[in-house]
Amino acid sequence: MKFAVAPGPHTAPIASVPLTMRRVLYALTPAALAHVWFFGSGFAINFFVAAVTALVAEAAVLMLRRRPTRVPLRDGSAIVTAALLAFAIPPLTPWWIPAFGAATAIVVAKHMYGGLGRNLFNPAMVGYVVLLVSFPAELTQWIPPRMGDLDYEHLGFLAHLVYSLTGTLPPDFTIDALTRATPLDLVKEGLRSAQTYTEIRAGSLFGGVAGRGWEWINSFIALGGLYLLYTGTIRWHIPIMLLAGLLVPATLLWLIDADSFATPGFHLFSGATLLGAFFIATDPVSAAESDRGRLIYGAGIGLLTYCIRTWGGYPDGMAFSVLLMNSAVPLIDRYTRPRIYGRD
Amino acid sequence: MLIGTVVLAGLALGLCAVLVLTDRLLPAGKDPVTDRIESLLPRIQCAQCGYAGCRPYARAIAAGEADINRCPPGGEETVRQLAELLGREAVALDTTLGSANMNRVARIDEHNCIGCNRCVPVCPVDAIVGVQQTIHAVIAAHCTGCELCLAHCPVDCIDLVARDA
Amino acid sequence: MLEYTPDRRPTGGLRLPAHKEASVAQPIARGFVPRTLILALQQHQGPATTPVVSPGDRVLKGQVVARARALRSAAVHASTSGHVRTIEDRLVPSVHAVHRTRCIVIDTDGKDEPLPPGKGARWPQDPERQLKRIRDGGIVGLGGGVFPTAEKLGAHTPCKALIINGVECEPYISCDDVLMREEAEGIIDGALIMRDILSAPECIVAIERDKPQAIEAILEAGRASGDASLKLADIPTIYPTGGERQLVEMLTGEEVPSTHYPSEIGYICQNVGTAFALHRLVRAGQPLLSRIVTVAGDGVARPQNVDTPIGTPIGELIEFCGGYRGEVDRLILGGSMMGYALPNDEMPITKGGNCIIVAARSEVRQDFSERYCIRCGNCGTACPARLLPQELLRAARSDDHEMLDEFGLTDCIECGCCDVICPSQIPLTEVFRNAKFAHARYQRQHVFSAETQQRYRRHQERQRADARRGKDLQDNLRHEVETDEAARQRAIEAAIKRARQRRSHDADQD
Repeated sequence: MKFAVAPGPHTAPIASVPLTMRRVLYALTPAALAHVWFFGSGFAINFFVAAVTALVAEAAVLMLRRRPTRVPLRDGSAIVTAALLAFAIPPLTPWWIPAFGAATAIVVAKHMYGGLGRNLFNPAMVGYVVLLVSFPAELTQWIPPRMGDLDYEHLGFLAHLVYSLTGTLPPDFTIDALTRATPLDLVKEGLRSAQTYTEIRAGSLFGGVAGRGWEWINSFIALGGLYLLYTGTIRWHIPIMLLAGLLVPATLLWLIDADSFATPGFHLFSGATLLGAFFIATDPVSAAESDRGRLIYGAGIGLLTYCIRTWGGYPDGMAFSVLLMNSAVPLIDRYTRPRIYGRD
Repeated sequence: MLIGTVVLAGLALGLCAVLVLTDRLLPAGKDPVTDRIESLLPRIQCAQCGYAGCRPYARAIAAGEADINRCPPGGEETVRQLAELLGREAVALDTTLGSANMNRVARIDEHNCIGCNRCVPVCPVDAIVGVQQTIHAVIAAHCTGCELCLAHCPVDCIDLVARDA
Repeated sequence: MLEYTPDRRPTGGLRLPAHKEASVAQPIARGFVPRTLILALQQHQGPATTPVVSPGDRVLKGQVVARARALRSAAVHASTSGHVRTIEDRLVPSVHAVHRTRCIVIDTDGKDEPLPPGKGARWPQDPERQLKRIRDGGIVGLGGGVFPTAEKLGAHTPCKALIINGVECEPYISCDDVLMREEAEGIIDGALIMRDILSAPECIVAIERDKPQAIEAILEAGRASGDASLKLADIPTIYPTGGERQLVEMLTGEEVPSTHYPSEIGYICQNVGTAFALHRLVRAGQPLLSRIVTVAGDGVARPQNVDTPIGTPIGELIEFCGGYRGEVDRLILGGSMMGYALPNDEMPITKGGNCIIVAARSEVRQDFSERYCIRCGNCGTACPARLLPQELLRAARSDDHEMLDEFGLTDCIECGCCDVICPSQIPLTEVFRNAKFAHARYQRQHVFSAETQQRYRRHQERQRADARRGKDLQDNLRHEVETDEAARQRAIEAAIKRARQRRSHDADQD
């Protein structure tokens, strides 16, 4: 009897890129729902716009590069980029902000470097940083969370959509009345103007450990991160070292001077700390390749984030830290190559 | 303004010092360019490039005196690698130089060899053995197929045959 | 017998579905006699054997049909009685691929008539003669590597420990497991014989933790033997801890240097099947005639372990197990990781054939569509040799041989872990396997070029030295001759004398 032959190993593969991306999206879902709950429908609109733009941009570039489009479009990597971008930008924002960010992420950060797997920098963070530097006004218009006792004027889905598309608010609403500084902004500004950390913390936007609403969204992000760890989608090296790199200096300095430095808990649950640790820095393409390298890579991001938050010009520094460490990856890889079995 | 100027100037000076020190203190490689060029050449010493051997040719390339397309045994592949190493444009191989290639070895026809010993000293890799008045032979494992011996045989008894794999 | 758990974790590796339940549920099926035997003359790593029978001869069970002439060889025996039909070239499975080799084809007569017990059945005391007996007994490594056992036991490096490998980490394969369950005393006895030949201070039997019955049986047999040098190490169930290099690292913490065998650093690894075969040879005088083969997979009616005569055509073995069931997609020799697919079932089971997987569509890899590497690094984490497969892939695809050297292509053991874990389904193992051929050619070329360069340098130096010496002599002579009349006369006389001498010398010769 004759049989067809095939090269080994014959065991079927136990992982796939689309599965990985799907898991990342599952893991982000609770946090996304929480985001919508606290900050209104803006997140959903931004995510939708970013996702559509990302897919269109991906298809267009692939066609220009004369590459097959079916497989890359279905692997979900563009959607993940769009989701991360939607988390990073303010909910109430014109439609072209997520669109521009997503297009930059896909076209410039991803395809100009050769497509998925070859990009040196994290696409979502490149998109965000380009937005942050180009449109600082739009990128700092955060609205306060929807909490019962805050004097928050609530915008419905339709109003969000209209603002996103046309830039007009319903009558009686002004953009200044709607937007507030983020907790990270408040801490930065407050400490700069010689307030003590405790005084700043007394503000109505602050909850148990960090910004109200924020702490919840970030808890859900941490939950998603634990799911990724549990399913083996990501490994512990980057998240743990990133958090350590951020929290160790935060704890030390807070212990030394509790008035001028924020608590480690505040750092942990504010801004993009947890999103960065579990979802952004763990992007395999732009991270270091060996386990040892990933320890250094993660710690570097955490440390840089703390430095930027504390002494830099921006309230949060996750995006910049990730990009800076991305650029250090070739160097890290070079010096953290594992010693081959049986060789000196 | 002043502080900025001082800081930047200081930085520039400091980095210059580092560069100068590393240049002085770290051992410099012995003409690494020639070595690297030579390692890309097939090193069969056929001299078809017009130089006495692969190293002289490598030296000439490094000095910018010779073109990179003068190595017939290396073929287009070597031209491409040299172009890559030196950042030059790849040019077509100069096919007028010769046809030596490493897939062939010289063989002495024992019926015709007169034992004149003229081919022995010209072999650049000592692959021909024999003393005067005896039949000579080629050590196939050492022969590079450089063709240098062909012209020196008065009875034309050296052929090039395919190298056994 | 001391039981212990090594306190090291294996490097890399994967936890894979075992697929062994079906075949271990049955006891070893014995007494199988095939209609045909195809005995390859080269079933081991080393030079082929020389046939000592001719077509038409009647052979008996246990009779030598091909003799081991070289040291690194092992004799081949008729595994049952019958008549030699022909001696011809056939395709036969070897360690990594099918190859064409000379085979003795025997039509069996079903009588299974053994050779009458001859003289010299007693086990010799002299080590050299012991090794010769092992060679003539046809014993080779039954784990799949088919390295001649005599060669391994005759290693010159003093042995620090004998490692009996019962790890059997690859999916589907269960022949060692059932053998340990049923023949533990024989295995322990064989292990002690090997230990004595090697004068090894200790003997470690390594078994994976997912084989509690085998561990129990070996422990019992070990205790019954009362030997203090015996130890049992239970190993975590992670593929490929059963590889020799991985096992040595796991048990001793020492790494086998890249270009060496484990025996060269004092560790001898032997498969449990080999130990049992040696026990049979020494105690019953029976050479290697059969081995346990696992017949597994969803495509066979009765998956089980069969005591299979060496040379049995695979088709007959599957027939013995109830034949094919449903649609069979692939026939794999070996496990599902390192085994390879056979083009037909007419080939024989050789000494190294430990497992036949009759695979249905659903249980083997079907999707060969490759995506792009996303640098996830899982391949590097899974690699037991601590390589970076993603970097090797890049180097292999761009034919960058220097990079292949640097990233250790030759240290790849082709275990397939990176391949299976790759989320982009990149056929890494296949790429590396092919790259190894090209790389070997490159290295040969590289060595040739370097040697040529050396020879050229020496040639040039010599020529330069010759030229210098020749010139010096001439210069001196010319100087003297031109300045001194007496010297001139002397030179002329010397020349005449030389000519005369040569003439008389030539005359003598004639």
